[in-house]
Amino acid sequence: MPTEFESSKPIYMQIVDRINFNIVQGKQPLGEKLPSVREMAVQMGVNPNTIQRAYSELERMNIVETRRGQGTFVLDDTKLLIELRRSYQTEIINTFVESMLEIGVSKEDMVKILSQHLKGEKQ
Amino acid sequence: MTIQLQNVTKKYGKDFALRNVNLNFEKGKIYGLVGPNGSGKSTTLKLISGLVFPNSGVVSLNDEAISRKSSEKVAYLTELDMFYDAFKVKDVVDFYNSQFQDFNYEKAQILLKEMKLDPNKKVKFLSKGNRGRLKLVTTLSREAEVILLDEPFSGLDPMVRDAIVQSLLQYIDFDNQILLIATHEIAEIEPLLDEAIAIYYGDVIGQEKVEVMREELGLSVLQWFKQIVAKNEEE
Repeated sequence: MPTEFESSKPIYMQIVDRINFNIVQGKQPLGEKLPSVREMAVQMGVNPNTIQRAYSELERMNIVETRRGQGTFVLDDTKLLIELRRSYQTEIINTFVESMLEIGVSKEDMVKILSQHLKGEKQ
Repeated sequence: MTIQLQNVTKKYGKDFALRNVNLNFEKGKIYGLVGPNGSGKSTTLKLISGLVFPNSGVVSLNDEAISRKSSEKVAYLTELDMFYDAFKVKDVVDFYNSQFQDFNYEKAQILLKEMKLDPNKKVKFLSKGNRGRLKLVTTLSREAEVILLDEPFSGLDPMVRDAIVQSLLQYIDFDNQILLIATHEIAEIEPLLDEAIAIYYGDVIGQEKVEVMREELGLSVLQWFKQIVAKNEEE
């Protein structure tokens, strides 16, 4: 199924994000091969040159490696998983905190509301 | 393979379809020709396929001026509905096979299956979506160096459109082919494109790589197009 993309961010970066997210979620296991450029292009409905660029970017970020004649593989490195997870956590928390501040919730209230929410209580 | 348009002007009667247009296309890329209806997109494709000739300027494939024989190298999907109603689906494929040396009959059979087209069904009983699919089968089955698609999605529902996009990506030979898609449905084809060319009432008003638009300008193709149209109208 072709994928929807945000309009302002480069498509290749959105694909990088998506693959990283799949790694964090465990849908794309460490050490395993990514789909070929063509397969991924067909899957996502995206130009193969864009997929190639996303794979190169992942390689530059030391998340995948290309093995000659075999394809592109996610590094088999648990440190990678920890780092990716941490960076997603930071990103999600930043967005959360920003949005809460925007609607006028103080930091103290934020903590209160969040812990209440996690306990399953209504405000 | 390269396609070049140099100072090309095309008039229909007194009306300019294209005014002094310069364009270059190279292999391995997917280009989107975007603009409103009547802006000159179809004329550009017809000039490249040798169906019409410029009033002035030169259109060339691999530095050779376009002629009637250029259709050997160019597969052109017209926006018109152009099948013989009495034909069955398989007759259409046979007909194309008899007309084009580069027609890959096996590929056509695979594509028919993938597009779920019944070879024994008469063309006149096909739905609009299936006629669109059949047109694409006949075009993509050719191993031509240039593939021109004129409004390949017009009037097709989103499911058919997705299926067509996927077959395009699967069957285009990126090492050897140039793909040019003319459409006014800009948002739909954006993820497919390497570059977009904006045509506006006979003038090429912009050409840009899609990733540059997003990365440096922060714009989608549609936003980019609207912006240069607005700028153009101020002048």
